[in-house]
Amino acid sequence: MRKAVIIGAGMTPVGEHWKLGLRDMAVEALLNAMEDAGVDKVDSLYVGNMLSGSFVEQENLGALIADWAGLGNIPAVKVEAACASGGAAVQEGVKAVLSGLEDTVAVVGVEKMMDAWPSDATRYLGYAADADWELFHGASFVALNALVMRYYMKTYGYTEEDLAYFAVNAHANGAKNPYAMFKRPIKVETVLKSPYVADPIKLFDASPICDGAASVIITTPEKAKELGVPKEKWVEVAGMGRAIDTINLANREDLLSLKAAKVAAERAYKMAGVEANDIDFFEVHDAFTIMAALSLEALGVAKKGEGAKLAREGQIAIDADYPIQTMGGLKSRGHPVGATGVYQTVEAVLQLRGEAPNQVPDAEVGLTQNIGGTGSNITVNVLRRV
Amino acid sequence: MARPMQVSRYWRHFREKYRLIGGRCENGHVHFPKRPVCPVCGSKNIEEVELSGRGKVISWTIVRNPPSGFEYYKPFPLALVELEEGPVVLAQLTDVDPEEIDFGMEVEVVTRKLREFEEDGIILYGYKFRPPVK
Repeated sequence: MRKAVIIGAGMTPVGEHWKLGLRDMAVEALLNAMEDAGVDKVDSLYVGNMLSGSFVEQENLGALIADWAGLGNIPAVKVEAACASGGAAVQEGVKAVLSGLEDTVAVVGVEKMMDAWPSDATRYLGYAADADWELFHGASFVALNALVMRYYMKTYGYTEEDLAYFAVNAHANGAKNPYAMFKRPIKVETVLKSPYVADPIKLFDASPICDGAASVIITTPEKAKELGVPKEKWVEVAGMGRAIDTINLANREDLLSLKAAKVAAERAYKMAGVEANDIDFFEVHDAFTIMAALSLEALGVAKKGEGAKLAREGQIAIDADYPIQTMGGLKSRGHPVGATGVYQTVEAVLQLRGEAPNQVPDAEVGLTQNIGGTGSNITVNVLRRV
Repeated sequence: MARPMQVSRYWRHFREKYRLIGGRCENGHVHFPKRPVCPVCGSKNIEEVELSGRGKVISWTIVRNPPSGFEYYKPFPLALVELEEGPVVLAQLTDVDPEEIDFGMEVEVVTRKLREFEEDGIILYGYKFRPPVK
């Protein structure tokens, strides 16, 4: 079977980009990745994006971005899987390479969110929930996650403080990432004193609304050699998995189990021939602190109900057993929704190349996990140093 | 904000939104809302069943930054209610002091206004839950 390796990565800083449009950010990240790979053309483009039609009234991103990046008459499409759009776009790119249909593909994830009024942004994000049975009743995404967080705390006896450690860890790592939106460490008190958005979720339990774009170039080892890309820059996409769960939170078999993440991880582990224990670092989808806890449990890192314990005990720091959010995660780096999965991929690539500002020592295998909806559409990728 | 949604789209849902009509498959699995395929056993032989509307709060939140269109009510309580027939329903709580909401609190369904679309726009009604009136 063919193999797929990432040979180039690029991104824009995450933040409030009032002077940049969606196309500016996407093209900048894409050209950075192509320059990093040393390629000036690709066979196709996959764009991870969630809500460009609502946020900036622009769809057809495949044509827009390929056109403005000067890629010629290549095939180019947008891939949408809610907040997991970026992770899904990476997978579509890898699938194209593995199938043999295309040799070298570009993936770009982009989202421009700041131009909307906050309450409209809240509405748009709600489109990834069940429109008729959740958004119809005034449920925001934060509110749905809050229902899960309260139930988790009640079921396992955790406090708001226990979950705050995920935010503290993310900010500690993000402080060293020049591309992060929030580059300052915080304390547990900072989280606890922040105002409620949807109780028990506080402002500092949640990732921010922001703008950003990230990109990777994927090809085969043979082609990478032919292109003259030094082997130190290759990162293999060794495994990937994707799965869905009920879109409506109320219909879940178990509110506290990210079943889609569990299934997706099993698929990715099997394809890569690894177990959770073999992974050196995890870029999990901490859109809310509760999602970080549930993700660690679904990925097999923590037992059910013990995800929050890992954070409290300091086991998720860069130099601990299970480093997560090495570049700040969604919480500190920022969460430009459709771009997030590609940011995670870029950050994992930097770790595996040994180029991360917050380097996990001797990192050989990394995992990215990208959640769409309230756990309804999840991608997991396993990346490995070649 | 986008223009109001077409009324016709929501007429189709009105029965379910007023009367909590769910589905029961040939193997007795009850779900809400009614679906074409039973999520438990995969049966497509499903009949409509009107749920009692009585249940218990299993989790809740106070929505302080709602999606646009719901600002008028903020902050408002939103809950997951487990109905006595088994299905879980997401809905706003009404006629309740937020401080009194607790795990296991008994509630019953009522019909209330959910949202208005602009000054001359359509009004959406639907179910909310409240502590039972004795």
